[in-house]
Amino acid sequence: MDFDLPLIWAAIIAFAVLAYVVLDGFDLGVGILFPLFPEKHDRDVMMNSVAPVWDGNETWLVLGGGGLMAVFPLAYATVLPALYAPIIAMLIGLIFRGVAFEYRWRTKRAEFLWNWAFAGGSMLAAFAQGIALGALVQGIPVENRAYAGSWWDWLTPFSIVTGIAIVVGYALLGATWLVMKTHGDLADRARTIALRCCFATVGAMGVVSLWTPFLEPVYLQRWFGWPTAIFSVIVPLLVLGCLYLLIKGIRDRYDAQPFVAALGLFLLGYIGIGISFYPYMVPPSLTIWEAAAPPESLAFLLAGALVLVPIVLAYTGYAYWVFRGKVDPEEGYH
Amino acid sequence: MFESFDATMLARMQFAFTVSFHIIFPAFSIGLASYLAVLEALWLWKKDEVYLELFNFWKTIFAVTFGMGVVSGIVMSYQFGTNWSVFADKAGPIIGPLMGYEVLTAFFLEAGFLGVMLFGLNRVGPRLHFFATTMVAIGTLISATWILSANSWMQTPAGFAMNGAGQFMPVDWWAIIFNPSFPYRLVHMVLAAYLTTAFVVGACGAWHLLRQTAPRRARTMFSMAMWMAAIVAPIQILAGDQHGLNTLEHQPAKVMGMEGHFESHPDGAPLVLFGIPNSAEKRIDYAIEVPKLGSLILKHDLDAPLAGLDTVPAELHPPIAVIFWSFRIMVGIGLAMLGIGLWSLWCRYRGTLDSDLWLHRAAVLMGPAGFVAVLAGWVTTEVGRQPYTVYGHLLTANSVAPIEAPAVSASLLAFIIVYFFVFGAGTFYILRLMARLPRDTMPELDEGPIRAAGVAHGPASATSHGAHHGL
Repeated sequence: MDFDLPLIWAAIIAFAVLAYVVLDGFDLGVGILFPLFPEKHDRDVMMNSVAPVWDGNETWLVLGGGGLMAVFPLAYATVLPALYAPIIAMLIGLIFRGVAFEYRWRTKRAEFLWNWAFAGGSMLAAFAQGIALGALVQGIPVENRAYAGSWWDWLTPFSIVTGIAIVVGYALLGATWLVMKTHGDLADRARTIALRCCFATVGAMGVVSLWTPFLEPVYLQRWFGWPTAIFSVIVPLLVLGCLYLLIKGIRDRYDAQPFVAALGLFLLGYIGIGISFYPYMVPPSLTIWEAAAPPESLAFLLAGALVLVPIVLAYTGYAYWVFRGKVDPEEGYH
Repeated sequence: MFESFDATMLARMQFAFTVSFHIIFPAFSIGLASYLAVLEALWLWKKDEVYLELFNFWKTIFAVTFGMGVVSGIVMSYQFGTNWSVFADKAGPIIGPLMGYEVLTAFFLEAGFLGVMLFGLNRVGPRLHFFATTMVAIGTLISATWILSANSWMQTPAGFAMNGAGQFMPVDWWAIIFNPSFPYRLVHMVLAAYLTTAFVVGACGAWHLLRQTAPRRARTMFSMAMWMAAIVAPIQILAGDQHGLNTLEHQPAKVMGMEGHFESHPDGAPLVLFGIPNSAEKRIDYAIEVPKLGSLILKHDLDAPLAGLDTVPAELHPPIAVIFWSFRIMVGIGLAMLGIGLWSLWCRYRGTLDSDLWLHRAAVLMGPAGFVAVLAGWVTTEVGRQPYTVYGHLLTANSVAPIEAPAVSASLLAFIIVYFFVFGAGTFYILRLMARLPRDTMPELDEGPIRAAGVAHGPASATSHGAHHGL
């Protein structure tokens, strides 16, 4: 039996990052939308809608980072120094918004401070993640097992556009989440915001998608060369399908459909990036196989992951099931 | 001294700063999670509401602590890449999977059941809720297991080979996980976490006993905490002794530095109680020593010879002054904890556990001691590992990322400002939560001035409240 361990691990890491993006995406999105909901009561409900699950959502980021170090140490060791500033900014954003979940309920006088921490931290983290994504897509030079660029390479017009795209996209996930989890006036305003965000998101995806193939010859080849060009027809068509379901779901006042359709948009954007990337781990410098850890490490962790990831998914699903349905404004442990 | 502030030094400072802040929270939440599970079990078993009230009280404090632990922990998981990328590349094939298992077996477990534990009692019922609490507690212990295994491997590496790219290649995972110092470190750390929590809980209980608020709850938590101190402090001293023997075997230079032995002692080493290490002159100034006791402690034999730092090349010495002092702080606090534990046993025997004001005052004073001891212990072991990241194999100077000093100093400054602001606020909220232990009865008086409401303080009211609850 001959398993391609690096490829299997690339798929698992890709799954972990996707899980992170869609899960923390909606709870970061709720934070990004905070300034649009000035009422304290609305904000309490918004925060309570994600309070029981945000911590689990963020754990996928730790799996992405820790897992990358375990199975693609060379990618971890070259990407993180290359993205030094955005990573530090993201961490600081996550600190502020993470503690806000607890602190905000512990004070009346300083509540405004933790509202800002939650909103500002969420925006900073989302923007930094978008910048990091853009910087990774535009390429990271590696020589002698180390990052070989300079310290501001990540900052380009392209990475700023991807930064904005992620903020807008997370806001869409957050808004559709609120449509699903809240009642009445709050849900109605979330619908309006979701509708605007969905056009902005698709617009941003369009700009990034048209820009990406011209960053690297290999991307251009991938998107416009035969036979992979099939995807460059299918993916945009599916995007249009999701867009239709999203708008229809909002118009017809469905609870879950807009959220699911928004997840679909993210999935497609993610697949699009994957199509551009393959077979690179760190484009255009390291392929999946060049960046991989020795097979002993990959096999050791894979044995556990095959058993543990399904268990994790099962009880994560259970935790979501426990807190299913609309948020009761009167509930909470505070 | 400032000419040594190169990127390596700055990266070390950043790691030391962020990890020192981080370790505070796990040290507290490991112990607190187990305490919560015990409280809930007692509530389910004895059907006594006081345990549920204590559970709810400490649950909120746990939530704040855990939140701070999560966000400071995410920083740690990315810092290996941002500041120590060469270490990540070389040691990643071994350290990475250990941390990967930590995420898969512990972090998800904690995070998944934390929401149910904090918010779900009304949704899932007491039994499933107790299950969630237990899962959170087990998660914290599993997490400690993996991270201590990873850290121990860096101290006493085993089960590996080197490849052409200079990477550590796993050969025997069993030998890697159960490396020579792992069991000692794990036991020492978990006991430290339990002691730390016991002294925080004990200080909180003692504070309320002194202020005579919520006497029944205060008594219950104080008594539980003092049992913990009395039982665990002596065990911890034994565990520390065993850990010391193990360190002497595998990292002799660290022990020589901790103990202040610049010179070898062929016929029995003294124990240096106090003194000022003088690394330039290679001696301890103003030393107060007990002859032969060092050999008795480290070799369990009065006349056993003990090698000193003169047998180790100077460039491989750890920073002596730091570990000499941090070790003494840790041991001193450990002995003080033992003292409090014995004192509480004596008071219990005489029936004055709830009324001995000096014991209560001492317990309040000792509230933060566990954190100081934990930090001092980690400083001892981590600084004592220098100049290596992977002991004997990878120098710290060869582990650092190719990041320029300005970038590292800017991020260090940012972390310092953010951490003091954010975790300072968190500490303030936790202290305020602890100070606001609600009274057993008459909840309407919680916010108001109690004297003005005509309720007398003192033993009389405490007794009547107690009687009311069927004590």
